[in-house]
Amino acid sequence: MKRIAGIAVLLVVVMLITTLIDTTFIKGYNIMNIMRWSGLFGILSLGEAFPIMTGGIDLSVGSIAGLVGALSANLIRMREMPIALALPICLALSVLMGFLHGLLVTKIRMQPFVVTLCGLFIYRGMARFLMQDVTQGYGNAFLGLKFLAHGKVPLAFWPAGHAPKFIATWSLPMPFIILVLVGIILAVFLNRMVYGRYILALGRNEQAARFSGINTNRMTIVAYMISSTCAGLAGILFSLDLNTVQPSTAGNMYELYAIAGCVVGGVSLKGGEGNILGVIIGTAIVRVLYNAINILGIATTLEFAVVGLVILVGVGADEVIKSFTARRRIAEVRGVQAKGGVGTSTAA
Amino acid sequence: MTENQAAGLLEMRGITKYFPGIKALDQVDFDLERGEIQAVIGENGAGKSTLMKVLGGIHLPEMGTIRLDGREVVIDSVQTANKLGISFVHQELNLSDNLDIATNLFLGREPRDGFLQLIDRKKLYRDTEEVLQRIDLHCSPRLLVRDLTIGGQQMIEIAKALSIAAKILIMDEPTSSLSCSESERLFRVIRELRSQGVSIIYISHRLGEVKEVADRATVLRDGRVSGHLAKEEISQERLVKLMVGRDIEKFYHHEHEASRKPVFEVRDLVVPEHPKERISFTIHEGEIVVLAGLVGAGRTELAHALFGIVKPLGGQILLDERPIRIGSPQDAMRAGIILVPEDRKLHGLIMEMSVEANITLASLDRYQKMKVIRLDAARAVAREMVGKLDVRLRSIDQQVESLSGGNQQKVVLAKWLCLNPRVLLLDEPTRGIDVVAKEEIYRLMERLASQGVAILAISSEMQEVLGIGDRILVMHEGRICGELTKEQSSEEAVVHLATGGK
Ligand SMILES: Nc1ncnc2c1ncn2[C@@H]1O[C@H](COP(=O)(O)OP(=O)(O)OP(=O)(O)O)[C@@H](O)[C@H]1O
Ligand SMILES: [Mg+2]
Repeated sequence: MKRIAGIAVLLVVVMLITTLIDTTFIKGYNIMNIMRWSGLFGILSLGEAFPIMTGGIDLSVGSIAGLVGALSANLIRMREMPIALALPICLALSVLMGFLHGLLVTKIRMQPFVVTLCGLFIYRGMARFLMQDVTQGYGNAFLGLKFLAHGKVPLAFWPAGHAPKFIATWSLPMPFIILVLVGIILAVFLNRMVYGRYILALGRNEQAARFSGINTNRMTIVAYMISSTCAGLAGILFSLDLNTVQPSTAGNMYELYAIAGCVVGGVSLKGGEGNILGVIIGTAIVRVLYNAINILGIATTLEFAVVGLVILVGVGADEVIKSFTARRRIAEVRGVQAKGGVGTSTAA
Repeated sequence: MTENQAAGLLEMRGITKYFPGIKALDQVDFDLERGEIQAVIGENGAGKSTLMKVLGGIHLPEMGTIRLDGREVVIDSVQTANKLGISFVHQELNLSDNLDIATNLFLGREPRDGFLQLIDRKKLYRDTEEVLQRIDLHCSPRLLVRDLTIGGQQMIEIAKALSIAAKILIMDEPTSSLSCSESERLFRVIRELRSQGVSIIYISHRLGEVKEVADRATVLRDGRVSGHLAKEEISQERLVKLMVGRDIEKFYHHEHEASRKPVFEVRDLVVPEHPKERISFTIHEGEIVVLAGLVGAGRTELAHALFGIVKPLGGQILLDERPIRIGSPQDAMRAGIILVPEDRKLHGLIMEMSVEANITLASLDRYQKMKVIRLDAARAVAREMVGKLDVRLRSIDQQVESLSGGNQQKVVLAKWLCLNPRVLLLDEPTRGIDVVAKEEIYRLMERLASQGVAILAISSEMQEVLGIGDRILVMHEGRICGELTKEQSSEEAVVHLATGGK
């Protein structure tokens, strides 16, 4: 809980500083824009958190998002498949990819880094080959489907053009609402269901989890399935949002954003530790940073450097504060002893 | 300074240490002479380890002074302690089991050589051999630590502490995982070190040993010193009285009656570690069978095979006279076979999780509705088990890591005993548990047995081996080489079989 308070403060501070420099940041359309992006990337990060909590990692989520996003556009527009069939196919494919990762990690005992790194290459290759490197999109139709990415609630309940101005600017973007829904489901899974405890337990100490009669293999596989499913879902939403999916680049590096969101959000790469709300805030921090860079007119070429630096400082500060308080305590104790003792002298 | 020389080597005065919500040490005084073996005794959670961690530079006390050779010192880190000649063998093993013995011994202190300051491997292995000689351990310094038994690893820890040039050697329950003969060897080593002028502080729950090796004993109760005993004053009764502050009724009595109905039968089981041996035995309803043997005799491996952790290479397991297949711990648990593992840090507990989460982890399936945990039910069970086993803690939401060693062991027991087993496999169940709590655990086993549970208890502690079982099986090098009934059992008979005598 302390940790979540800490990153929540970090988020507010970054937002405050940006607002103080340039008030466009706090304008409704900008905030809603950040929320839309946070929704899209947040779904990726939430999924990613699960393999990390088992002590593994999933590097394939960016490629999965690219492949599934391209495939959904391709099936729906080019192949004119009914949406009710195409979307389940896309999600089923995502689930299957995670299942395979989990199998390789548990049954063949391959390292998660290697398995999912190969996934990263393979799915990218598949996307390019299957789409023949042609950019995919939904065209001008499918407005109902695009509502998932562009829709705003409660604005959508008003007839077009009749909503009050306040509602028009401060309606929540659909991706954010989907993120909240996914977050709630995963939070129940993690915090209230037996599975969450099993995953955290095996992330800390897989042996002890096995001795407790936990089917550690099955739980690990489930974690990878959650990750790939979230990646697929995010991929579909990204493709709807952008309406153009380039098979060779869509979702590039997204796995790293996902991991960054987790790390900032307090998911330990050692495994066994993580929190849904933290991951959402962590993702939001990264998105706010991007936005701030744009608004403040910092050279976009510096983008990556700034994001990297802020994450480094944020996560580093946590450690520094911890060891600082420890050292101060030692000094205090020394003071007490010097007063109470007879002529303190430190040997050695 | 000279006038202080007579005051002895170490003087700790008024040591007080707080942990969140608890005063772990309260005005503790402790003295140590040069070349003395002093035992520190007390119930689980009395503050023994904490006191030693203060001396070892791991904890800073809120109050109190430490004088070494008459000079006041502040021991604010392990490095400082080491420089002052104090080294520590911990209650828990702290070795990197993927590295060999020599590398572990000199980790971070490797001898270096030449312009590039590369590790001088020749010297490293020579030095290691020397240290191993000192503790009478004859094995290659290139052996991987994971290939050693827990007993062997414990000896490596002691060797490591020794090699950090020790004036004062602190040993926190060094014998809790050693068999009798290994303990004997350890005592020889300790006495030898004493004659070299090393002072040894030694924590143990095996009160019999204390009389044997210690020159003096300090007893702690609830963070305070409740007494110092000189060698001739040490007796089990006096120690216990100082520990708990009252006399306790001694030793439980057998009340359960083993039936002739076989519950758990093992036929020609082949364990991967010892592929040439076949293991067969039977446990009857309500029977407590003790599995004795030297550390490394293959008892833990056998238990792991019976619980589905490792796959046996052959043989049959029968439950209630029907063959069952155990391919995983889940299979075993479904059949009602429970293993309480030996190594609590590695297999028993998830140190960073709460007491409640640990106790309920193995039985979580009982406190759920549609896989959603019924927290109130889980917490109630955790509280009940904590009460039953008298685990000393602040709250069940406390991290297991912050419990004392013995109380951690009680959590391990609580975790599996709340499962209502049909067959109970216990691997060194009372390791690190104080005498009083031990009695409580024996009583609990007794109660389970009278309910008809078949119990197999692995133990290396002679008192326990001879005291608790209806029958004793003795294992040697992967084979069950003998069986003793209650009437036939004696220390000599067990040792004879365990060392391979026929
Ligand atoms: N890191 C810690 N954080 C909080 N409480 C602690 C910590 N370490 C020890 N304690 C508490 O301090 C008390 C003394 O513990 P200590 O480990 O010294 O007991 P002990 O005498 O060594 O017991 P045992 O025989 O079981 O090893 C216990 O109540 C324990 O829960
Ligand atoms: Mg202790």
